[in-house]
Amino acid sequence: MADRLYRLVVIVISIFTFVVIAYPLYFIVIASFSNSTMVNQGDVIFFPKGINFYGYEKIFVDSRIWQGYLNTIIYTVFGTLLNLVVTIPAAYSLSRREFRARKVIMPLFVFTMYFSGGMIPTYLLFRDLHLLNTPWVMIINGAVSVYNLIITRTFFESSIPDDLHEAALLDGCSHFRYLASVVTPLSKAVISVIALYYAVGHWNDFFNPLLYLNSDHLQPLQIILRNILLSNQAFADGAGSGAGAGAGSYAQQYADQIKFAVIIVSTVPLLVVYPFIQKYFEKGVMIGAVKG
Amino acid sequence: MKSMQKGNYQLWILVLPALIYIAVFAYGPMYGIQLAFRDFDFSKGFTGGDWAGFKYFEQYFNSPMFWPTLRNTFVIAFFSILLGFPMPILLALVINSIKNNKYKRILQTTVYMPYFISTVVMVALLQILLSPSTGVLDLFLKTFHLVPADVNLLGNPSAFVPVYVLSGIWQVCGWNSIIFIAALSTVETQLYDAAKIDGANRWQIVWNVEIPAIMPTIIILLILNMGSMLSVGFEKTFLMQNSLNKPVSEVISTYVFNVGVKSNQYSFGSAVGLFNTVVNFMFLMLANSVAKKSSNISLM
Repeated sequence: MADRLYRLVVIVISIFTFVVIAYPLYFIVIASFSNSTMVNQGDVIFFPKGINFYGYEKIFVDSRIWQGYLNTIIYTVFGTLLNLVVTIPAAYSLSRREFRARKVIMPLFVFTMYFSGGMIPTYLLFRDLHLLNTPWVMIINGAVSVYNLIITRTFFESSIPDDLHEAALLDGCSHFRYLASVVTPLSKAVISVIALYYAVGHWNDFFNPLLYLNSDHLQPLQIILRNILLSNQAFADGAGSGAGAGAGSYAQQYADQIKFAVIIVSTVPLLVVYPFIQKYFEKGVMIGAVKG
Repeated sequence: MKSMQKGNYQLWILVLPALIYIAVFAYGPMYGIQLAFRDFDFSKGFTGGDWAGFKYFEQYFNSPMFWPTLRNTFVIAFFSILLGFPMPILLALVINSIKNNKYKRILQTTVYMPYFISTVVMVALLQILLSPSTGVLDLFLKTFHLVPADVNLLGNPSAFVPVYVLSGIWQVCGWNSIIFIAALSTVETQLYDAAKIDGANRWQIVWNVEIPAIMPTIIILLILNMGSMLSVGFEKTFLMQNSLNKPVSEVISTYVFNVGVKSNQYSFGSAVGLFNTVVNFMFLMLANSVAKKSSNISLM
């Protein structure tokens, strides 16, 4: 009896959670290619109605979006590469027991997770280094996340047998060679997980460009999105140049449809990558966080 | 012995880039904290300007914004932890007890998905779905009388915290459940079998086997959450802020941005920011020592 009740509760919670999370996502998708008047009247609930791709058409001719896209891709690709190139070797060193200095270095890293200089000293540091308003600030900033470093180090410690290192050492293998030819190929799981963490961080970053960039041509997608979606600077003001149409030609009723389309276009790249890495998640997350 | 030393120099090289990064970009700004105690002078930079003592702290403590910013930050953080922390645990227990692998995978994939939505998009979604004239979610909530018909969920100050907290749960609850699902996967099947032989029903298994098994993970994560108690997410608060909800949405971090960066009061902003960091750090230490005393689990 109690078991049956338990099963019922599990089913009810599962279905409730599924609907509550999936429906808004589904709704954005169908609303993005439905007639916006019908969407606004609440007619579009389960299926798209009055199908048209007006929102997408408007986006594809908007030069701001393409520029933002390009900037975001550059920041994400180079930023994530730098993240990996810095994090993986450091995590390797810190995972080696013979590296005595790790007992001092590790607490130095961990301390920065809980205590920081704060927004203004950091801003002034970037200013003094002449990084403000350059693409570099978006790539270099956050080069190491201590959390990801710990995940990676713990993976190296717990999943790569020490015997391998002894064997490699006997063959005269250096640490560089060992890291490149043995450790990295064996660590695809954890590397994909932290690469995804880093990439999502770069892709969705809004705070750093808000604070550190002010030239229009450097702005990433998230800032452009904010301008289109949230500030009441409607699509009409800025899009004219890219669309080659006068400001007045954007009817208000299309504004929401454009918004839905923008949301989809900006989020889809991440959702495309994610299923490929999903199988590694639980393993990767578990390893770092429980011990961390 | 010689090869060991040679090896060590290689290990130093490998860790060096990260070390330099942390030294410059994490400890560098900490050096800049002294700004909070100086009258910042643009021409002299970081360490220029005359000492001002605690002038800027006093200015903040005595300012009319002190209590509102502190209270707003605390209220948002408190409800985020109170409601947001148990949810992923509950979800993990539910997902863990689904036996059909296909349904399990579908549910997991779905609940992780909102995590990939950026804060900008999240806030835009809230605005579209909660819009009093056209929002689907607004319509739903009002049809079922879950909120009074005349409330504008986007502009009403008393709706700000619930909307902030619940949308936050919607976005990260699934993602945060991963770690508990992973912890549950380490529970040995023998424990389940033994409990069943002892006549335990499924509720008793949850209570006596599963929860104790993930308790260390729960405590560690709770301590970590306590440590960021007052660092309420700048992005979402900033993006959700409007003139109507500002009395409840101005938190310490948005205040630092508004006075410090936007109106160039660098010393005052640094002082407010430092106050925030110190309070956070104290919360972390407090949570850590309470956990250590009561359960022997701690971060340090």
